[in-house]
Amino acid sequence: MSSQRINWYKYAAPANFYPLAGKMIPWFAVLTALLFIAGLYVGFFVAPTDFQQGESYRILFIHVPAAWMGMFLYVLMAVYAGIGWAFNARLASMMATAISTTGAIFTFISLVTGSLWGRPAWGVWWVWDARLTSTLILLFLYIGFISLQSSIDEPRRADRAGAVLALVGLINVPIIYFSVQWWNSLHQGATITAKSFKMAPSMLASMLILLAACWMYSIAVVLVRVRYIIREREREAPWLAEAVA
Amino acid sequence: MFGWLVWRDLILAWRRRADVLATVFFFVIVVSLFPLGIGPERETLRTIAPGVVWVAALLASMLSLGRIFGNDYQDGTLEQLLLTPQSTYLIVLGKILAHWLVSEVPLVIIAPLLGLQFGLSQNSLAIMVLSLLLGTPVLSLIGSIGAALTLGLRAANVLIALLVLPLYIPVLIFGTGAVQASVGGTSPQPYLLLLGATLVLSLVFAPWATSAALRISVE
Repeated sequence: MSSQRINWYKYAAPANFYPLAGKMIPWFAVLTALLFIAGLYVGFFVAPTDFQQGESYRILFIHVPAAWMGMFLYVLMAVYAGIGWAFNARLASMMATAISTTGAIFTFISLVTGSLWGRPAWGVWWVWDARLTSTLILLFLYIGFISLQSSIDEPRRADRAGAVLALVGLINVPIIYFSVQWWNSLHQGATITAKSFKMAPSMLASMLILLAACWMYSIAVVLVRVRYIIREREREAPWLAEAVA
Repeated sequence: MFGWLVWRDLILAWRRRADVLATVFFFVIVVSLFPLGIGPERETLRTIAPGVVWVAALLASMLSLGRIFGNDYQDGTLEQLLLTPQSTYLIVLGKILAHWLVSEVPLVIIAPLLGLQFGLSQNSLAIMVLSLLLGTPVLSLIGSIGAALTLGLRAANVLIALLVLPLYIPVLIFGTGAVQASVGGTSPQPYLLLLGATLVLSLVFAPWATSAALRISVE
């Protein structure tokens, strides 16, 4: 290996990034599969049954990573959109668009799994708990971003408008979170204490492995999606005809 | 320039009085539908009154958001305004102030009357007006971002709702919180202070974001 410095800017050009992404996707896909198998094995067969909640707590192994991913990906999306807007970097904006769908899906999964877990644990499908409500609002923010971008025909305007909305949303997320928390304490007493069961090390391990799996999955899927976006937007470019052929 | 712009928008709104009145009537009708849907028990109505009035104010103010920039965008005035050497921040702030005076202040004026129908006490009515006075400018400020982003798009009005309503949630919570506190006999002060803080924060940031959005949409 030579000690030459890698020119990172090279891969900011879609023409160079497209083949690189193509090479990276299989690796991340394999990692995703391995980590999912390992995490689910630990989660289902190694982790002990919880003495309070029985088997139903195991849904948290997917619920918690999904909820975290939904939040991380929103920040990541806003950062990419901001970079794409400030530095006029097309690829960063395309990444933001690609991330938005995955983030929305994870947020949706965390809502659905949360409600499935809530039924045996709290006895109801849905409570207006601060965390649930703010996750729901996060999903609304994703939906706003996606629908704004899809209703603008001109790609660069869609990128920039999305960036403004994502950044405004990012400033608002903490405000919304705290307002919902205060609202919650106003309307109902602490009927639900936070998931206050002690975690065995194998439970934590399963959750962390599955979190890693979700990350790898997100990277793989976002790369696939960004390649499609590149193909759609650069369809006139000569290099694409060569790369696809 | 700032004063001129506000004055001009007020005159334009006066020439199209029907639009403004439609917003006010929408507000009144939406609020009046709730007792019909829920039933006339006085206790229930009193508990839901703050929420109903605030949600209706949110919806009514959304109806008029498209008008902040829409007409000026169509006849080219907006482009000329953005080309002037004046700071875009002030231009946007002027448009927002005019929108608040035209579309939100009438709602604040008529709100106590609706509160009376819901059996709110005099004290609560005063708090409701105060919270609306602090909160509705925030609605105009945040709404202007959505209006600027959706300029000239298909189905812009529905889109504005999707973009802006989630961002309105803190205002809704603090606003209803203040009124509910006074109905429940506790001090509404913390909520009013939070509303004031939201107002200051959005006064600083929102016109800036709206200017950026306008430049994106107009170019």
